Amino acid sequence: MTATLAVEQQRVRRTRTTTPKRIPTTRIVAVEMRKMFDTRSGFWLMAGIGILATLATGAVILFAPDSELTYETFATAIGFPMAVILPMVGILSVTSEWTQRTGLSTFTMVPHRGRVIGAKAIVALVVAVTSMLLAAGIGAIGNVVGTAITGTDLVWNVSVAELAGIILGNTLGMAVGFMLGVLIRNSPGAIVAYFVYSLLLPTITTLLAQSQDWFADRQAWLDFNYAQGPLFEGSVNGEQWAQLGVTAFFWLVLPLAFGLVAIRRSEVK
Amino acid sequence: MITVDALTKTYGGFTAVDDISFTARSGRVTGFLGPNGAGKSTTMRIMVGLTPATSGSASISGRAFADLPNPGLEVGVLLDASAQHAGRTGREILTIAQRTMGLPRRRVDEMLERVSLTPSEADRRVRNYSLGMRQRLGIAAALIGDPEVLILDEPANGLDPAGIRWMRDLLRDFARDGGTVLLSSHLLHEIEVIADDIVVIGNGRIVAHGTKSELLAASGALVRAADPAALARALEVAGATSTPYDGGALRTDAEPALVGRVALNAGVPLLELRAADGAGLEEMFLELTADTQREGAAA
Repeated sequence: MTATLAVEQQRVRRTRTTTPKRIPTTRIVAVEMRKMFDTRSGFWLMAGIGILATLATGAVILFAPDSELTYETFATAIGFPMAVILPMVGILSVTSEWTQRTGLSTFTMVPHRGRVIGAKAIVALVVAVTSMLLAAGIGAIGNVVGTAITGTDLVWNVSVAELAGIILGNTLGMAVGFMLGVLIRNSPGAIVAYFVYSLLLPTITTLLAQSQDWFADRQAWLDFNYAQGPLFEGSVNGEQWAQLGVTAFFWLVLPLAFGLVAIRRSEVK
Repeated sequence: MITVDALTKTYGGFTAVDDISFTARSGRVTGFLGPNGAGKSTTMRIMVGLTPATSGSASISGRAFADLPNPGLEVGVLLDASAQHAGRTGREILTIAQRTMGLPRRRVDEMLERVSLTPSEADRRVRNYSLGMRQRLGIAAALIGDPEVLILDEPANGLDPAGIRWMRDLLRDFARDGGTVLLSSHLLHEIEVIADDIVVIGNGRIVAHGTKSELLAASGALVRAADPAALARALEVAGATSTPYDGGALRTDAEPALVGRVALNAGVPLLELRAADGAGLEEMFLELTADTQREGAAA
């Protein structure tokens, strides 16, 4: 009798009185941010941002001639590793769900792939901007320390607008990595594609521009990499912003949209 | 409760799941039985929205999986225990689930204890886990949201005999408390010891469906006689069919009482006579697997 009662009570326990609430986007973003750091490879990739920025700063102090110990030299030196590592962070944040097959859990806990990818995009953006600010800070410290060691004058020859341009440029680089991750959904494949996109493609377009006048005339309107150039050179005029927008639409936004549609329809195995 | 309605999935010209309909009821363990490649995993992936169905639908407690506001609180899912980032610790994987579902932090430790993973095991990376430990971790992740429904694909794979017994008790208790359990297996025995209801699938189609007692019911008898040929003839005269079975025995659709009477009348001495419990299901299952198993050709 008591056994029957116990069973009955347990049955009641399973009947929920409140319906669960929809998982808020802030929580998905927080979880995706956590997933950036919670593996050894992820942690060192993120730590690598700070480590490489410090190494680049150290190299400038050691090897750059005293006359060139200016903030611009530091910013340029730090920018190079950032331009490589940030796109990798963007790629892996998406592709690991497929390559490591964690998507099976992720997309059953949140059965709306668009929300998960959106949260990853927010996290990637936050990481990109934070990393660039961190790198800029490390460069600034390097500038102060370096000039103090050599006894040369402290030169701050990078304006806030120029710095913002560099941050935007590197964020776009990460966005390209993110886009390729969404489109290809495989870590090695997307990384190879990124190097084709960022190293091989500019070589081809440069050769094309040298040999074909019609292309040289229109390159800024057709070539995304080329259109990003002004961001790193300090000043961007209205026409250049338009060129950046047009090329970004065709080389970044459109393939990203295509990849998102494919992700929502694809099978997660 | 899980309801699957006319579910079909085709890949090009290949039909992986062919017009499947069944219900997994609450308070019961439903076994989803079929040989490898029969369509079990595909069906389960469709249920939880990982694979789009070509036609038909699946619903959990009356709603499509994608319409559940926080699915982990209503459905515990374990499709592949190895599908985890090898570099995460077991504890971290549960923490991700706990955070995503918005549960209190203590649930992680409670679940680790529930599946008997020690704190030091929980802090190891999944790369270093045995398949059995991964299954335990997967069960913990499925249970962490205290769901009413469990969907488990081959959960007993890689568990040792004690682990299988533990899993069986856990799922039985879960169903006894009013929960719904759907678990798949390609091993008849595994399903036999754990399930209340059985759905048998082969080549994407449901070939048998019912309660365990119905499917395993004494459908006929197994009989061993000194002269099997004479007994077979006598059974045929009595209107029963019989087929040779496993080393000189006969399997017949006649009940044991009838077989005894027929043997007595024919004057054929019997060596053994018993009800053919489950032999029907086993034969059907062997037939199903014969097409896909290379051993079938030699037998």
